[in-house]
Amino acid sequence: MTGGNIDEASVDRLYRQLDADAESGGYHLNPDREFTRSLVEGLLVNIDRYGYQACPCRLASGVKEEDLDIICPCDYRDPDVVEYGACFCGLYVNEAIKKGERQAEAVPERRGREMKEQKEETAGGVTVRLSQPVWRCKVCGYLCARPEAPDICPICKVPRERFERFV
Amino acid sequence: MTKVKVAGTDKGDIMLYALSTCVWCGKTKKLLDELGVAYAYEDVDLLKGEERSAAVKEITAWNPAASFPTLVINNEKSIVGFKEAEIRQALA
Repeated sequence: MTGGNIDEASVDRLYRQLDADAESGGYHLNPDREFTRSLVEGLLVNIDRYGYQACPCRLASGVKEEDLDIICPCDYRDPDVVEYGACFCGLYVNEAIKKGERQAEAVPERRGREMKEQKEETAGGVTVRLSQPVWRCKVCGYLCARPEAPDICPICKVPRERFERFV
Repeated sequence: MTKVKVAGTDKGDIMLYALSTCVWCGKTKKLLDELGVAYAYEDVDLLKGEERSAAVKEITAWNPAASFPTLVINNEKSIVGFKEAEIRQALA
């Protein structure tokens, strides 16, 4: 579809890697092999073009800091899979779509709206003193309390830059 | 790169804003080809600088999220996303 210089072997390699990571982390890739291969090809095109795997279904700026939220897996994957059964691209799907009980459909763009940051200082009116800061993975919500965020999210494998200080 | 014109039956001015890497955009192009309508498309990710900003501005007028695919029919209405039934109906 995208043509160019992306070879089949590279597509296969990234496909297998994404699939293994997804399944080990409780996620599923779209079972439509041809469809998913096209998306993987798009990811490789973007790695080649921008130096990072920007979402193939969104227009990346090419400036990494501006595109962090749309580097696949994007910040919007989990809420989209919960609400629509699939992420914006349809690369990640829920169990029902994986099993073929439901079809992936057009998902509205969530970027730039709805992602309300909850900035409550206290929980339930109780102020808690913590021995360590708590870091939150913006992709999968994994929380950990340690001096610094991990280099790689142990759950969804995104790098440290995708973490935010939560508490 | 400029707008690519695809020949076919005249159903008015049909403009598709797409990305070369987006599978849903590819599906939309395939559907338009299958319907045999004349249309133009632009792969916005292949544009640079001012050309790209101009295209994004055009899309935003129809679709504030500037997401892809955005199909603009006769400068009257837009269909955002690969909504097969809606596209078929609009171009019947």
